[in-house]
Amino acid sequence: MFEHHATLKKHFSALRTNAQFFSLRYVRESGRYLSVRKNVAEPPHLSHDEGAMLTVRLNGVEAYAATNDISLAGLQAALERAEQQARQILPHALLDLREQAVSSDVADYLSPDFDQPFPTLNDCYQLLGDESAAVPRDERLVSWDVSLGQTTVEQIYLNTAGAELRQAQRFVFPGVNVTAFDGNDSQTRTLGGSNFGQQGGFDVISRFGLIGAAPRVADEALQLLLAPNTPQGPRDLLLMPDQMILQIHESIGHPLELDRILGDERNYAGTSFVKASDFGHLQYGSSLLNVTFDPDIPEQLASYSHDDDGTRTSKQFLIREGLLLKPLGGALSQFRANLPGVANSRACGWNRPPIDRMANLNIEPGDKNLAQLVGGIEHGILMSTNRSWSIDDARNKFQFGCEWGQLIENGELKGVVKNPNYRAISAQFWRNLSAVGDASTFKVLGTPNCGKGEPNQVIRVGHASPACVFSNVDVFGGDA
Amino acid sequence: MNNFKALVDWLKQAITDKEQFHLGYADESSEFVRFNHAQVRQAGQVQQSSLNLKLINDGRHADLGITLSGEPALDRQRLADGLQQLRETLPLLPADPYLLLNHDAWHSHNEQLRPLPELAQVLQDISQAAEDVDLVGFYAAGPISRGFASSDGAFGWHQANSFNFDFSLFHANGEAVKASYAGHTWDSAEFARRVHQARDQLHFLGRPLHPLAPGQYRAYLAPAALEEIISIVTWGGFSAQAIASKGSSLQRLYAGEQHLSPLVTVSEQISGSLSQAFSPEGYPRSDVRLINAGRADGQLVNSRSAAEYGLSANGAGGDESPSALQMAAGNLAQADVLKQLGTGLYISNLWYLNYSDLPAARLTGMTRFATFWVEDGEIKAPVSTMRFDDSVYSLLGSQLEALTIERELLLSASTYSQRNTASNLLPGALVKRLTLTL
Repeated sequence: MFEHHATLKKHFSALRTNAQFFSLRYVRESGRYLSVRKNVAEPPHLSHDEGAMLTVRLNGVEAYAATNDISLAGLQAALERAEQQARQILPHALLDLREQAVSSDVADYLSPDFDQPFPTLNDCYQLLGDESAAVPRDERLVSWDVSLGQTTVEQIYLNTAGAELRQAQRFVFPGVNVTAFDGNDSQTRTLGGSNFGQQGGFDVISRFGLIGAAPRVADEALQLLLAPNTPQGPRDLLLMPDQMILQIHESIGHPLELDRILGDERNYAGTSFVKASDFGHLQYGSSLLNVTFDPDIPEQLASYSHDDDGTRTSKQFLIREGLLLKPLGGALSQFRANLPGVANSRACGWNRPPIDRMANLNIEPGDKNLAQLVGGIEHGILMSTNRSWSIDDARNKFQFGCEWGQLIENGELKGVVKNPNYRAISAQFWRNLSAVGDASTFKVLGTPNCGKGEPNQVIRVGHASPACVFSNVDVFGGDA
Repeated sequence: MNNFKALVDWLKQAITDKEQFHLGYADESSEFVRFNHAQVRQAGQVQQSSLNLKLINDGRHADLGITLSGEPALDRQRLADGLQQLRETLPLLPADPYLLLNHDAWHSHNEQLRPLPELAQVLQDISQAAEDVDLVGFYAAGPISRGFASSDGAFGWHQANSFNFDFSLFHANGEAVKASYAGHTWDSAEFARRVHQARDQLHFLGRPLHPLAPGQYRAYLAPAALEEIISIVTWGGFSAQAIASKGSSLQRLYAGEQHLSPLVTVSEQISGSLSQAFSPEGYPRSDVRLINAGRADGQLVNSRSAAEYGLSANGAGGDESPSALQMAAGNLAQADVLKQLGTGLYISNLWYLNYSDLPAARLTGMTRFATFWVEDGEIKAPVSTMRFDDSVYSLLGSQLEALTIERELLLSASTYSQRNTASNLLPGALVKRLTLTL
């Protein structure tokens, strides 16, 4: 672990530039992705990636150069390219960062159980093969796969203000999905995949419940095939945590990103219906809504001690009792907007610059167990597991679809329905939050696939949530 | 190319008689500049280079991605370490029943080394063209190289210099128009012309918004809007594996249960495109007609699907998605679009599409950038952001009235992991009925 630290420090101290400030962010990432599809082991895909980004600040203008050459000569060349870039953009620069403070923190951060060995390739294939083989023989089950991704990341951040930050993290992504087909319609049921990932080791697989899951997932796919379409019309909507994470992500997370509010993303990811003047004033949701930026759940995907600009993290309420308090803005955005924020300046790797990202964005538990949530609904529907997401560029008008629906009538769960979709407007939807599940319904989930930025970046984000009820939502089914 | 060739030569002498390899190569040196409020928000350079090594032995195989340093001795060592890791991995794997190797010693070579624009010139042109207007955008430029070699003697090389400036102009009311300027040779006058065109549209966006209720409307989808529909459909739509495993949104088209308008003919046209003529797994890429006059035709088939489903591989990549898709032109002149539309929506762009019902090819998505209400063939007002929910079999089937004669070559501005070389050549589409829902 951190075997390049001493060399990088030595190189860093030998680098020469006319810039007033510069930093080095070195990232080494190793990955392994395994899957068994219809009882056939797919060839494994392994990866080793490493490189560094040099960022200079020259007369208040920042520029970066990322390089795959981490020798002293390579780093020096990158530093010079960054400095040259800063000089070129100087007459056209939007920002003057001469007064922006920089980090001088020194810290190490490790994922839980980082030092514990992970199961061998053999053991992993055995596990995946066993699950795949446990899918029942039924000619309607036309496709399934069981997968396990594992990524290890080491990062070292050094800057000329004395910061020295080391992080070593391991991320685990198990998944099962099964598709059933009846000659006309097809329905897929998924566990995990892009809805789940955690930091840790084998314990992640245990918590996820991979072992023994495949038959249940297959059975649910078959149930969906036999189920009627979701009826159309307004209903109370009970969202389970594996859909809540998408709901949080798209209609709280993205609209609260401060760089979007400042207009940086207008050409690509979009803007926000939230304005800078809304913080401290806007009633974003009902009084039951409490949203936190929380780096303190160790297994959650985006728990870390410092962001990629070197700012220390801490748990912060972004929305408390429905009132909007803080944006998702890192140190640079806070400086630009003169607003408080969080430590969420993040990059997806050594070759992309940090920008405002979600990290762990969670909803705090309420006071009702699942039976009480269902019991409180007269005419409603339970939806779980996201399969479709679409929202406008201001993150307001959305339509989301789930794999699994169950009608709720007079406080009781009734039959399964397929193709459950719902649509609403963010600015109103959260004000219809009418019940929040307690800790027994709370799940720590996340996704490896959040896209944003120019150049484009995909990053891991964590979301934890209880089950939640929203009143009077427009729901509908599919064409089949 | 010499660095890659040297690694290939080393690998050829390093493998045993029983081993085979595929070696893919990707390298790019990119200049990235993003703009906000017509000024530079963030700028930098990225130099990256990587290999993908597949080692095959006795029916077993595994892949390893390796970042290169650019320093020959170190890169050779990384390749040697990678080879060793794969040698230790293969005995742990079962033989793969779907391994289908291409033993042809094919050769492919394409180099385009036209000089790239000077950043100072680009910055000056953008600054000048964007005077008094709120421009947001992203400039990416530099050389891209892709290579492939196999132990059977196949060798492919693709190298091209290119730039892509993807930008939007914003009106003070928040409405915006999107445009781009991409290619090999930066022409200041041509760039100024494109910005001028976008400014003209921006003028219309200053008018009061036309309120629109959910319902069904005639609509013209400009090529960039149609591209969003095509892009979501190509997300598995033409993939042989997705079709076979019922994950394709076009599964009913390929089953012969549904059809599109006879106006719709779609092909993957690799020849003459900006993409490399070989797949990452070592097959020369073929031109494939995917939809012929509204009926399903070919599929995109990689070697794995070919082995599993008894098809012929046609050089599709791992995800079996197109990278140089073309839709045949229609007979509606661009100059007649507004007149033919009459009263309805002129939609320049769509955004964030996804499926409401995948097997039924039913989509939802948003309007974004320069959507106008047209009455009696005249643009009247911009329209606020609206959601649509409709089926491909309706939009490009029963409700498709015409496609334009003129087609637009849309170059991908995507930079996830690396700069994308994909493109779409598409007409505009006039549809009799588009369903807006929110």
